Amino acid sequence: MAFRTGISRRMMIRSGFGLRSMSSWWGSVEPAAKDPILGVTEAFLADPVLIKSMLELRDGGFRLRQVVVLISFGLKAMNKWTRLANNFPFPHFSGAYRDDNGKPVVLECVREAERRIAGKLNMEYLPMGGSVNMVEETLKLAYGENSEFIKDKRIAAVQALSGTGACRLFADFQKRFRPDSQIYIPVPTWANHHNIWRDAQVPQRTFHYYHPETKGLDFASLMDDVKNAPNGSFFLLHACAHNPTGVDPSEEQWKEISYQFKVKGHFAFFDMAYQGFASGDPERDAKSIKIFLEDGHLIGIAQSYAKNMGLYGQRVGCLSIQVCSVKMKSKQWLSRVSCSRLARPMYSNPPVQGALIVSTILGDPELKKLWLKEVKVMADRIIGMRTALRENLEKLGSPLSWEHITNQIGMFCYSGLTPEQVDRMTNEFHIYMTRNGRISMAGITTGNVSYLANAIHEVSKSA
Amino acid sequence: MQRGRMMIKWAHDTVRRRFMSTSAAAIDWWNHVDHAPKDPIMSVTEAFLSDTSPNKINLGVGAYRDDDGRPVVLQCVRDGEVKIAGTEFLESVSASVSSKLVEESVKLIYGKDADFIKEGRFAGVQALSGTGACRLFAEFQRRFYPQSKIYLPIPTWSNHHNIWRDAQVPGRTFHYYHPDSKGLHFAALMDDIKNAPDRSFFLLHPCAHNPTGVDPTEEQWREISNLFKVKNHFPFFDMAYQGFASGDLDKDAKAIRIFLEDGHLIGCAQSFAKNMGLYGHRCSCVDAKQAVAIKSQLQHITRAMYSSPPVHGILLVSTILSDPHLKELWKKELKVVGMFCFSGLSPDQVNRLVKEFHIYMTYDGRIRDVNRAGQGGLPVAVYVYEFISHPCLISRLRLGGIGMVNSC
Repeated sequence: MAFRTGISRRMMIRSGFGLRSMSSWWGSVEPAAKDPILGVTEAFLADPVLIKSMLELRDGGFRLRQVVVLISFGLKAMNKWTRLANNFPFPHFSGAYRDDNGKPVVLECVREAERRIAGKLNMEYLPMGGSVNMVEETLKLAYGENSEFIKDKRIAAVQALSGTGACRLFADFQKRFRPDSQIYIPVPTWANHHNIWRDAQVPQRTFHYYHPETKGLDFASLMDDVKNAPNGSFFLLHACAHNPTGVDPSEEQWKEISYQFKVKGHFAFFDMAYQGFASGDPERDAKSIKIFLEDGHLIGIAQSYAKNMGLYGQRVGCLSIQVCSVKMKSKQWLSRVSCSRLARPMYSNPPVQGALIVSTILGDPELKKLWLKEVKVMADRIIGMRTALRENLEKLGSPLSWEHITNQIGMFCYSGLTPEQVDRMTNEFHIYMTRNGRISMAGITTGNVSYLANAIHEVSKSA
Repeated sequence: MQRGRMMIKWAHDTVRRRFMSTSAAAIDWWNHVDHAPKDPIMSVTEAFLSDTSPNKINLGVGAYRDDDGRPVVLQCVRDGEVKIAGTEFLESVSASVSSKLVEESVKLIYGKDADFIKEGRFAGVQALSGTGACRLFAEFQRRFYPQSKIYLPIPTWSNHHNIWRDAQVPGRTFHYYHPDSKGLHFAALMDDIKNAPDRSFFLLHPCAHNPTGVDPTEEQWREISNLFKVKNHFPFFDMAYQGFASGDLDKDAKAIRIFLEDGHLIGCAQSFAKNMGLYGHRCSCVDAKQAVAIKSQLQHITRAMYSSPPVHGILLVSTILSDPHLKELWKKELKVVGMFCFSGLSPDQVNRLVKEFHIYMTYDGRIRDVNRAGQGGLPVAVYVYEFISHPCLISRLRLGGIGMVNSC
């Protein structure tokens, strides 16, 4: 047998038959386009000047250089070059919170939950729809503690892989059960929204959202687009703390949007990634959803614990869809099961660790109180940094208006810097951000805000 | 003035709300959504959970149980947990942990001295356990070989069909299990390989075939590999049970190493669900020999699915695999003989087992680890034999997946 195999192999090699085709399976695969957000990290890491600055610091050199911060990531420049090189925490997301020392934060309520779970978890599969406890608690956050929809089981909900997973499950669900529909996405939006609906093969349209001149909401155009879309269209809305602009409709504006949605019979899908993070009050941040619910819409929601519980890497979130009017309660299970069917061929069932942390925290009144306190601290710090940045810019005598910094809300600020100005920020000041001018407020600290303001002033003063 | 404004606002809101309630009834968007078909494996567990009999047994889901029927957490995993407890970064694993995991996973399969590992001629990314790894590959296959199909063995894990279907890669089948001999249908398998168009994509189970527990012998693997060379087929291995089949990691990877020696460029999905007991953590690796480009494309696919994989499982696996002491401990704990046995029971017989004995299994007769105590204290194996052969008592049998098939 070995003899026969040997001969076959020799014949292959001599004839060159196998070799040609062997190398050609994936020869045509080109590298994928760089993700506009994640690519910033790579550039930061590859910055030779930054690294040179690190080397200078080893002898306790000039402190200001040390403070060059990756604004998008909020990482305070390390004291030691070796620590940077070997243990650099490679963040996947720019939108990750940092404390006033530029350090990532693990909430105390999370640590406590981990301690309670440690050594007890038996690693078994969760059901396809995920942790029932976690999902129930999560729905209360979005729909209200005493929501009749939850009591009457008129919501189909499954655990999802954070916000991305929740959106993707919905997109797949939309494709499967409304194959002729499209999704209307705001301009601008989180870059990955486009990837998600594209890979789910749901055609995309856009609607006006951001007004570059006012750096606020382009409400009139938004309403026009809502009116002009065909009846019964699907819209993606950011429930609060719009990413990347930080521009949210006012309560009045939300009411008008909801009204127009009723007139047109549109479907509202909310991506709520920052509940609690925007104002510090989760109930307040869910106001837009509450307005739609009161107006009788049947909506869908993607929720994530990445930011507001700091569970980024655990990938914990929830997709919920209100599926039935009062008469059709049993349908709730249909959607839930269908969602699970979409998850089964993707990853079978969701990861357990994060879900357990969430349900431990939300299921314990003391821990939940602690969480609410910690969320407020994070939100307040960001609001504080907005004020500080604006004040610094005004103090520098900038001729431009910076009130949009404090008008906007949440993790991000659309600075209004042009791509060229952003390039100068990077090349001259080693401040990294996405080329649309988005700044992650979480990355600003009392230690670096004046450096940042100075840099922004320098690149924009001649504008 | 203020009150006037408030009155106007109140009036406005009231009118608006009245309009809302008298306008067309709330649209029920998903009225037409039908009940999805039950998953043949998960539904067994659901039925089991709602059964109130104290003697019930679940032989459906492929999750390992100890001799008391309890889920097992390996000691190396507990030790690994202690090591990573309180880890600073929960955002994502560092690049070094990430690449360490991939490297260690790849070494497990291909052997730590494989040339192409040293030369970096492989692309690997973490995935959401075996399902996620297969799905990633299926999406990748469709993207770069949009006209291709996937050949799946009969039978195979039911979710394989769902995965490639949802990735929109048409499925074909090839003969595998021989119901009469309850062994490998080797001749038909080789015929199907020959008859498939050149350069077809095949899904292979490198060890502990799920659901049958039937694996080709080493010689048979060599012949399969040889024929794959002649036909230029692409082999994609779903390695879900490395270490679990024979208790020896290298032995269980033999099929893959045969293909490597023969110069194939393969793909492989590895899962740590079973062999590290990390079912719920969804941790695994997809490898395809060749290219940074491939890796970037795989990451591009995951970005639109879930952005990044869950961190806890990755940290655990990478900690265990890169700590020599923990790795040794893990290998020791892996001395379990394969999980599955294909009983050859018919759906009617399975129904009887459920109704009369409260023993749950999938309708294809798949039994997981037939060593449970059943009603009256007799092992399940006895009931199975009583059932299909004759009603005399057989002494308690210790059945491993592969072993049982050979002795049936």
